Amino acid sequence: MAGPRNISVNEASRPVLPRHAKLKYDDTRKVWVILAPERVLAPDEIAVEVLQLCDGQRSVGDLSDQLAVKYAAPREAILADVIVMLQDLADKGFLTEIREKT
Amino acid sequence: MSDVLPIIPPDASDSLAVLEGSRSTAETFGIPLAVLLEITHRCPLQCPYCSNPVELDRSGKELTTDEWKKVLSELAEIGVLQVHFSGGEPTARKDLVELVKHASDVGLYTNLITSAVLLTRERLSELADAGLCHVQISFQGIEGGLADRVAGYKGGHRKKLEVAKWTRELDLPLTVNAVMHRQNLHQLPDIIQMSVDLDADRLEVANVQYYGWALKNRAALMPTVEQLDETTRIVEEASERLKGRLTIDYVMPDYYALRPKKCMGGWGRQFFNISPAGKVLPCHAAESITGLDFESVRSNHSIAWIWQNSDAFNRYRGTGWMKEPCKSCEFREIDFGGCRCQAFALTGDAANTDPACALSPLHETIFKQAEREAEGETNRFLYRNFAGGTLESGNDA
Repeated sequence: MAGPRNISVNEASRPVLPRHAKLKYDDTRKVWVILAPERVLAPDEIAVEVLQLCDGQRSVGDLSDQLAVKYAAPREAILADVIVMLQDLADKGFLTEIREKT
Repeated sequence: MSDVLPIIPPDASDSLAVLEGSRSTAETFGIPLAVLLEITHRCPLQCPYCSNPVELDRSGKELTTDEWKKVLSELAEIGVLQVHFSGGEPTARKDLVELVKHASDVGLYTNLITSAVLLTRERLSELADAGLCHVQISFQGIEGGLADRVAGYKGGHRKKLEVAKWTRELDLPLTVNAVMHRQNLHQLPDIIQMSVDLDADRLEVANVQYYGWALKNRAALMPTVEQLDETTRIVEEASERLKGRLTIDYVMPDYYALRPKKCMGGWGRQFFNISPAGKVLPCHAAESITGLDFESVRSNHSIAWIWQNSDAFNRYRGTGWMKEPCKSCEFREIDFGGCRCQAFALTGDAANTDPACALSPLHETIFKQAEREAEGETNRFLYRNFAGGTLESGNDA
């Protein structure tokens, strides 16, 4: 069944692109794109880096830890930025999350 | 099909720039991001506004499975990212699953644009397994009575509802496409609610565009100005209310506009489609313009060559071909003089200003004619078929 919609991204969320949104490197135009129904989006470098970590396993907290280490930047600042970016994507319908079956 | 154009998204936020219409296509005529594949003209429905040409390609002329596969590989290679499998009714091709699988294998994002009436749950499931990314189902109304009459197909509406449900059960995103005209515009609020109930992500409210079959049926389809104002109000209210839940894309009819639409984003600028017989066209209606010779994927030329160099694509590209009032118009690179097919159909010369433009000497005449037709002297349809059309029986006021 379809992943949940209208998700609210937080530190514990384990986000993943839904099957209809595909992150791909466009070799012709030399840019990363997200392919979606009737849309082609061009995420910036940071968005691409974050989205590559969104595998439905890592939580937003986990991937912020990883980015904080990589960029030697304050984790809380990264976490806040990541949540804003992912929430924006979720609001547009291009992000879902894995939830435990209840 | 005017209802399935690659839609330029309305907004772009900080981290998500929108590619369409920016760096990839304009000016350089780079390869379009999305291509419409009309893989057959066969269709069980007979909608009187069908966007296919009046002269339909018969099944014997259709590209073979291997030819379509070659086309798909070539498209992926030259930088196309998305393909829309359309028609006619694409599911009328027995090899659709195989073609979708091939498109996925070569890395293309695949959309299915369907009337849904031929689909079984099993076949839809096979398409999903083959990598299909998105399904768009056309609806002609809110209930069988009107919807089946418009489509000329009994039981069609009920079947569409069923297939829409399967689509979501299979975790495929769903777009509801509703082609609107005088005889069904009163159902718009219910169509919006139906889309929500079907768990659709998008709704296309596409007013009929009047070429080909629709032009033949204009008197039975043309809405009134009041209807259109009401439609715009309904769409605006619903878009706000359903934000984040249902995206509504709205296509206005251009007869009542003052400025013409930037048809296809401009001729040969960001769109092409391939006809069942393999012709590479600047728009799905382009074959209605006589005197243009469209090259086929069966020719010795590559698709990229046809896009960049063929006479048909270059004929109305840019602004060099324009006559007055387009030639010196400050909007000439905003709307590129509107729609070439409409200019040809209504004035006999595709290089004339599209009469949808208030600056066209014919605008006033055509507007008045549309208004008269909208008063509704006839509701009778000429149904689309291979025989050149069949007049609806027993439905005239």
